Amino acid sequence: MTGLVALVDYGAGNLRSVENALREVGAEVAVTRDPAVVRSAARVVVPGQGSMPECAEAMRKSGVADAVVEAIRGGKPVLGICVGLQILFERGVEAGGARGLGVLPGTIERLPDTVKLPHIGWSRVRATPSCPPLLRPLDGQYLYFAHSYAAPADAQGAALLCDHGRPYCAGLSVGNLTGVQFHPEKSQAVGLALLSRFLAS
Amino acid sequence: MPAKRIIPCLDVKNGRVVKGVKFQNLRDAGDPVEAAARYDAQGADEVTYLDIAATQENRGTLLDLVTRTAARVFAPLTVGGGVRSEKDFVELLRAGADKVSVNSSAVKEPGLVDRLSRLAGCQALVVAVDVKRRPGTSPTEWEVHVAGGSRPTGVEGVAWCREVADRGAGELLLTSMDRDGTRAGYDLELLEKVCGSVRVPVIASGGVGTLEHLAEGLRFADAALAASIFHDGQFTVPEAKAFLRERGFEVRP
Repeated sequence: MTGLVALVDYGAGNLRSVENALREVGAEVAVTRDPAVVRSAARVVVPGQGSMPECAEAMRKSGVADAVVEAIRGGKPVLGICVGLQILFERGVEAGGARGLGVLPGTIERLPDTVKLPHIGWSRVRATPSCPPLLRPLDGQYLYFAHSYAAPADAQGAALLCDHGRPYCAGLSVGNLTGVQFHPEKSQAVGLALLSRFLAS
Repeated sequence: MPAKRIIPCLDVKNGRVVKGVKFQNLRDAGDPVEAAARYDAQGADEVTYLDIAATQENRGTLLDLVTRTAARVFAPLTVGGGVRSEKDFVELLRAGADKVSVNSSAVKEPGLVDRLSRLAGCQALVVAVDVKRRPGTSPTEWEVHVAGGSRPTGVEGVAWCREVADRGAGELLLTSMDRDGTRAGYDLELLEKVCGSVRVPVIASGGVGTLEHLAEGLRFADAALAASIFHDGQFTVPEAKAFLRERGFEVRP
């Protein structure tokens, strides 16, 4: 058994979809905002949808932010999805500016207005030379995105890049921490396979 | 640019799929969850449910349907019909919808678009716009209709699309009522005009009868919504995509 997955519930809109997808690939999931459950879980998944300032604020208010940071620093496998990736950074420019959890350096910027925003739909990603085995099978695959803001292409640990108006970081890996801008829970078989690999990591 | 999307649309009523012509003469077309799972397996880029009964009494039926679908379908799911408030919107997202579409209530109270967009992010909000050509207008004008297409509003369609995009719609689901269910092809003049007027993705709807129609619509739109050609088994999603790929469109395998 791969152990309990703590799915962090701080009010994110895609919570149910992520839960469904994790269960589909055989995970034992605890949907929780209890820091103690996050601490005791084998793995942590941070969902996220909507605006980074509101998600960061909701996460702090729920009291679970510290436990997530602690899990990352303590070496536990942690997966951030969409805004769950964005809030790991220091800052975001959305809605007048937001403070993230600051686990990763840098700023979440808006994609260029030269293309249609939000970036909604299926786009191909490409792996960087440093892409780890967890994300490597996604090289060249189409994944489902729904966002207007993104981490820079040269973000720490950038492992997958996507283009929408400019290249940006679609997936990153720093030790035990993995973040993806796309929605694995909505990317059909390719996305479910990623969640499955995460459970085995 | 993302790949062009093919979106099978399921009109649902009391938990069943129905299909009509020009919003009339509804006939039963099966179980929505089975149909959605079938399209998911075929590689549909998204599935849309539009609850055309949309009464407050059967909100529970719709939520249950969305919950059951989300447990089986791991592709994006858009749900609309009868969304009147923040509560309706959030309940559908919580049940497992990825995007929620609003229509009549946005026309009645445009500020709702701003509020819903702030609540969950514009990427979760689709504004559905049903329009009909105004006879004898030159250049052509379109009028927004609400309540399942039964009520004209006097609101001009292209300006309304621009307004809701400015207010925070993440996408527009643009339906030509003149073409809906006719299989005569999308209203291309309408698509060209709206796609040239807004900076958000546009989903073309109403009138697809052949694969050529999909290609025509996707010259302007980001996604093509279709019902009859898929429900009746006339074409599969992979057939539609193979056709589009041959025509030079980027579509997902």
